[in-house]
Amino acid sequence: MDDKIDRRQFLGRCAQAAGSVSIIGLLLGTYSEQSKSLPAWAIRPPGAIDENEFLGACVRCGLCVRDCPYDTLSLAEFGDEVATGTPYFVARNIPCEMCEDIPCAAACPTDALSKELKNIDDADMGVAVLTGVDTCYSTTGVAHCRACYLACPIKDEAITMEKTESNGRWYFEPTVHSEKCTGCGKCEKDCVTHEASIKVLPRNLVRHDLSAI
Amino acid sequence: MPANFKRNWFLRQRYLIFRRLAQFSLLALFLTGPWYGYWILKGNLASSIFLDLIVFTDPYIYLQSISGGHQMGTVASIGAATILVFYMVIGGRAYCSWVCPINVVTDAAFWLRTRLGLNLSWQPKKNIRYWLLIMTLVVSALTSSIAWEVVNPITMLQRGLVFGMGIAWAIVLAVFLFDLIVSRRGWCSHLCPVGAFYGLVGKFSLIRVSAIKRQACTDCGDCFRVCPEPQVITLPLLGEENGASPIVISGDCTNCGRCIDVCDENVFHFATRFEDKLKADAGA
Repeated sequence: MDDKIDRRQFLGRCAQAAGSVSIIGLLLGTYSEQSKSLPAWAIRPPGAIDENEFLGACVRCGLCVRDCPYDTLSLAEFGDEVATGTPYFVARNIPCEMCEDIPCAAACPTDALSKELKNIDDADMGVAVLTGVDTCYSTTGVAHCRACYLACPIKDEAITMEKTESNGRWYFEPTVHSEKCTGCGKCEKDCVTHEASIKVLPRNLVRHDLSAI
Repeated sequence: MPANFKRNWFLRQRYLIFRRLAQFSLLALFLTGPWYGYWILKGNLASSIFLDLIVFTDPYIYLQSISGGHQMGTVASIGAATILVFYMVIGGRAYCSWVCPINVVTDAAFWLRTRLGLNLSWQPKKNIRYWLLIMTLVVSALTSSIAWEVVNPITMLQRGLVFGMGIAWAIVLAVFLFDLIVSRRGWCSHLCPVGAFYGLVGKFSLIRVSAIKRQACTDCGDCFRVCPEPQVITLPLLGEENGASPIVISGDCTNCGRCIDVCDENVFHFATRFEDKLKADAGA
């Protein structure tokens, strides 16, 4: 470089560079914050740490996707509603089969899927909620359906069929016990109504803390 | 450019051919798994596992994650260290010219720009990429995310090819058009913070290009025309009178070997950064 500049010009150029880079930084930062929103239908793999920290931990390598034996997981593609490159599944398509050895979490090199999850029954991907009380065959009395109850891998604990009476009519209501539910989505997958009457939702939408009732 | 070359066609293109082979075969190693069920490299450039045995993690992504406040797992830490050592040996920005898939895109844009005779160019300052590098770390820290991965065209393209593209073609096309129309070698040689990161690694790396036979230089300018970072050649090639070493020591050099390809006088070759000292010792 042979262009000699004085201090004034030097400082001016530095300010200019810092300014333009800051503008790009602001755009990147806001875009990055914006893309953090996770739609309720997208469920993170078992062991996923808190969503706010997850995006700083997941390097989007897809090793969890590769090691899922049921092809449950996908990496979000650019343009999807889920942050690009991060893993998720849609319970109604392929739910989590709750492998005992949790291969997806074992494959994670960055601990975005925590190794602290030892027992898959302790997974907390979300909570199932009977969203379609007025469409569920059992609650409406269309049929003695208990597909969700039969699908549930935490049998007789996460979902029970509770005998309920309403206006003199007796029926069995699928009842989710949120402290046991792992959010695997098998109930949502097996629900026989056109649109699932029971759905897995993110836990923070349903209930934060059972001890704080 | 001389009309009749002293060397055959292969010698004039060999490193370009080797680089394309490296770039495409690396991609192929990632694709044999999903396409045919033979898992050689699983994952993508962000992090991968070789034959279910050796883990690789991109150290720049690793660094952003750390800035974001995440405690990376042991596996990723080992993987990042492995990659770092690897590029310390083969040259930091060898990543850019031998591995990065966007390099194929921007080289294509450069080729077309030359072919079409597009001369207009907006050239950002070369060091803006280091500012951008710092910026990505700051934004990662402020948003506790891996900021550059939200837009990084390299991983977008590579992950897209291996896992599914979505509309990531748009970003790749944007980089192509930027280099074609807006800025000559704008992306890789001026802006990309990934290249900046590997450039810093390259400041200490072992394998370097050396203008060992610079006395044979005929001042034809071929090397300057093909080099993506021509400023790195000036001193080693022309600075003999000022006592400059013939070794291209700048981290900006991508070890692409195009100068070796095009020089009919065989001025350049690949050497280690210590070649000069070794020679001096031998002479003494």
